[in-house]
Amino acid sequence: MSLISAQHLSKFYGDYAAIEGVSFSIEEGEIVGLLGLNGAGKSTILKILGSFLLPSGGDASISGFSVEHDAEKVRSLIGYLPDTPPLYDEMRVIPYLRYVAKLKNVPDARVEERVADVIQKTNLEDVAWVQLGELSHGFRQRVGIAQALVHDPKVLILDEPINGLDPVQIVEMRDLILSLRGRHTVILSSHILSEITKTCDRILIIDQGKLVAEGNEADLENKFAKNMRVNLEVKGGQGLEASLKSLAGVKSTKTHPVQNGMTRIEIECEGDLRSEIASKVIASGASLYELGRDGDGLEAVFMKLVKTSEGKAQRGAGNKEIGGDL
Amino acid sequence: MKKIGIIAMRELGSFFNTWMGYVIVAAALIIDGILFNAYAVTSEPKLSAEVLADFFYFASGLSMVAGIFLAMRLLAEEKQNGTIVLFYTSPVTERQIVYGKFLSAVIFSLVLHAASLYMPALIMVHGKISVGHVAAGYICLSLLGATTIAFTLLASCLAPNQLVAAVGGAFLTVFFLTLWLLSGVVDAPFKDLFGWLSIHNSHFTPFSNGIISLKDVVFYFGMIFFFLECSVRALESRRCQG
Repeated sequence: MSLISAQHLSKFYGDYAAIEGVSFSIEEGEIVGLLGLNGAGKSTILKILGSFLLPSGGDASISGFSVEHDAEKVRSLIGYLPDTPPLYDEMRVIPYLRYVAKLKNVPDARVEERVADVIQKTNLEDVAWVQLGELSHGFRQRVGIAQALVHDPKVLILDEPINGLDPVQIVEMRDLILSLRGRHTVILSSHILSEITKTCDRILIIDQGKLVAEGNEADLENKFAKNMRVNLEVKGGQGLEASLKSLAGVKSTKTHPVQNGMTRIEIECEGDLRSEIASKVIASGASLYELGRDGDGLEAVFMKLVKTSEGKAQRGAGNKEIGGDL
Repeated sequence: MKKIGIIAMRELGSFFNTWMGYVIVAAALIIDGILFNAYAVTSEPKLSAEVLADFFYFASGLSMVAGIFLAMRLLAEEKQNGTIVLFYTSPVTERQIVYGKFLSAVIFSLVLHAASLYMPALIMVHGKISVGHVAAGYICLSLLGATTIAFTLLASCLAPNQLVAAVGGAFLTVFFLTLWLLSGVVDAPFKDLFGWLSIHNSHFTPFSNGIISLKDVVFYFGMIFFFLECSVRALESRRCQG
């Protein structure tokens, strides 16, 4: 049985469906990312899994406990970081974590041990006695993760954990999330595709409240990215372009001269032909300076999936009217 | 019960860790002292018991106002700052949240009342009053304050921010305070009902005269329980709305 299971989840605000018919399952130890544009329904799914928003239809369970009917049990199994960490500005880091630990059923005898553990895991030693209101955004986010981890939950739910972080903090947060692999099952949301691909084993793409695709990066690319653009930078190589055009699967090529006698060739092809293209370059005697896919393959998949739906702009406006990050 | 204590202790800490608690105590004591000097202690000859009864009368108003200020932030602030999510994602019931919050405000209001004890002590030094009279008056001040806290806590559950919560709490307090006026202009059975529901008039007088009236104690506890349970239901319904 899967650790997390969602069956036909729906949430309606009046006639408006924030999410509709969303089903998925997550195995123990996985790091799974919910990817979608702002207002796609990611936070709604996480709130339902966090058991503080009731679904309008369907059900979800964690370790077999229904988020609707066994809320208290579910809440003891999860650690939750909302998009804004729930911090009391007048408290200091350690007293705050002690408070959260007690609130989350950590036995009195283990509170200090658990607080010390999460402080060490989240690198909060230097600010352990600083008032929460005085912390930078990055540290606040880390305290948010620490409060979610303090009772050593089975499942960690992180809503936009890298939102607003600077590049260094993003790398630190990514490392922190990756360090949880195996010990916790993590489900996180983001609209930043590169981060999802770097941290998650599996991706669920949400669009307009519906699950439109799921799988790991390779699965999604194989399934949805039929065309690929490969960029080459070469020097020399007689008849290389003609040779590339003769490859089965190559749809078109474009050649642009660049500096120092080098040539840039853009190849549109069906499927991943990078290996075959490399062989052709070597066979032609050209010097190969660069061979790469144009952009991120998953990005193209994502854009394709979310752009297929009509009325995107209207939907965005509708979300704002409802008044929240859905 | 343990969770109620944990929530109450943190909340109580926040009263003392911010300026809010100190400002409320200072303002209440200053106003209490001024009213005591201006109205309770006058140049006209008065029995000590009458001075004490006057003191309780003015202190009752302050107890209600302080109750509104203490309770307005209890849940509205959590919603404003997004910290309420911590409760919603922890193994804590809505009842534990409401009763924990209520307990913290009641304890703080008891501290406030304790700080005003020097005024009855002055009457005791210069006149003749019984400890029982003082105790009865303070029991009623505490019950009245707790009732106002329960009103405002419900408003705080429903309101989007502290200001609206304070207005809601004040509205409920004034409504239940002035029901006795309404009872004077309607016929039975509403006359008796409105008179009975009024939180100050008939229920307060016995205490201010030194009588601990059990039926009035039950009335205040009943009001508190009813409004706290309304708050529990209001919080539970939030789960449907997100």
